[in-house]
Amino acid sequence: MKIAIPVDGKDLESSVGVAFGRSPYFLIYDTETKEENLVVNSASESTGGAGIKAAQIIVDHKANALLTPRLGGNAAEVLKTAKVDIHKTIAGSVKDNIDAFMAGKLPLLDEIHEGRHGKTDR
Amino acid sequence: MRGVTEKQTANMMIAVLSGKGGAGKTLVSVNLASAAETSTYIDCDVEEPNGHLFFKPEEVQEEKVSVLIPQVDKERCDRCRKCIDFCRFNALAYINKIPILFDEVCHSCGGCILVCPKMALTEKKRVIGKVQKGKSDQVTVYTGILNTGEASGVPIIKRLLSENSPEGNKLTIVDCPPGSSCVVMESIEDADYCLLVAEPTIFGVHNLNMVYELVNLFHKPFGVILNKCLEDDNPAETFCIENSIKILGRIPFDTTLGSLNSDAKIAVRENEQYREMFTSLLNTVRKEVLHKTIINP
Repeated sequence: MKIAIPVDGKDLESSVGVAFGRSPYFLIYDTETKEENLVVNSASESTGGAGIKAAQIIVDHKANALLTPRLGGNAAEVLKTAKVDIHKTIAGSVKDNIDAFMAGKLPLLDEIHEGRHGKTDR
Repeated sequence: MRGVTEKQTANMMIAVLSGKGGAGKTLVSVNLASAAETSTYIDCDVEEPNGHLFFKPEEVQEEKVSVLIPQVDKERCDRCRKCIDFCRFNALAYINKIPILFDEVCHSCGGCILVCPKMALTEKKRVIGKVQKGKSDQVTVYTGILNTGEASGVPIIKRLLSENSPEGNKLTIVDCPPGSSCVVMESIEDADYCLLVAEPTIFGVHNLNMVYELVNLFHKPFGVILNKCLEDDNPAETFCIENSIKILGRIPFDTTLGSLNSDAKIAVRENEQYREMFTSLLNTVRKEVLHKTIINP
């Protein structure tokens, strides 16, 4: 299976990106072939709807699961519709999280924040 | 834009704005509207309209406001994804071989419909709020209400301002949203004059400066009303003097006025002293508007 992780750097020792839609890269890791594929997150510069576009990138790369510390409502809707599992990451590097996921230690992410959709600055 | 002839007969639309909430926009707006022989009051603060709490309008008529959003004909769609790539707001996603729309992210630009080579997208209406019109003594009261969670109040404000026909009312007061964003720009666009309400704090000056820049950008004639004035130094007054901004009136920091206002009462209708104060303020504002619009039409 393929798992996707928002990452701040370019390798397995990097830290996990804190904001899904705004992370600079996604690491797509194939658990069977052990191949890593680093994808530039073209959504990160969007003025709005970054979560939707970032989720689209995950779906287009045919990932089966996303590991992320948090996720907004719209991105979650895209991923759930596409049947991508969403797991909550732990402290540590990307590699630590892949290992934890493989060991079945990453729970499903159940808290979806509302994001800033529809909220204007006043 | 209103024509010169209308201005010469002294029809005027005055927008009341301030950089921050709580400076006294609604206090000034409802009392100026109530001090006039006959007037129209338009509440453009569509996220939190509160003018109606003061006016308690009767015979209220209501109309829904919609925007147009795309809908997908699954039979016609050939999965080219041009609509998805086109959308700058990322309101469309392509999942399970069909475009899906995130309604609240869509800005109703219609671009996706134009780029679709198969004409698989058509427009449908989506309600985002409503406008109300009612009567409170001699004041015609318009209220715009944006549904919670919607991206922008601009379509509601457009409708409010297009529905307002003066009906012989020479004075229209537009109660603007706080801040200086798109919704405020939309609210002042047709105004003949802008009244900036400021309170005597450093924060108040910062926010006054925001709307001061905005009205300059829009080349609108404007003046300031200083609210909550105390005996002490007034930083907002200093700002006006330093920038040669005309001060049209001062409203004192007055607990009686504050109490009336927090009880959602219109001071002008409750108390002769306040009637005189706001009538005098209205006369000053009217003279200033006429003066400004005649020398700089």
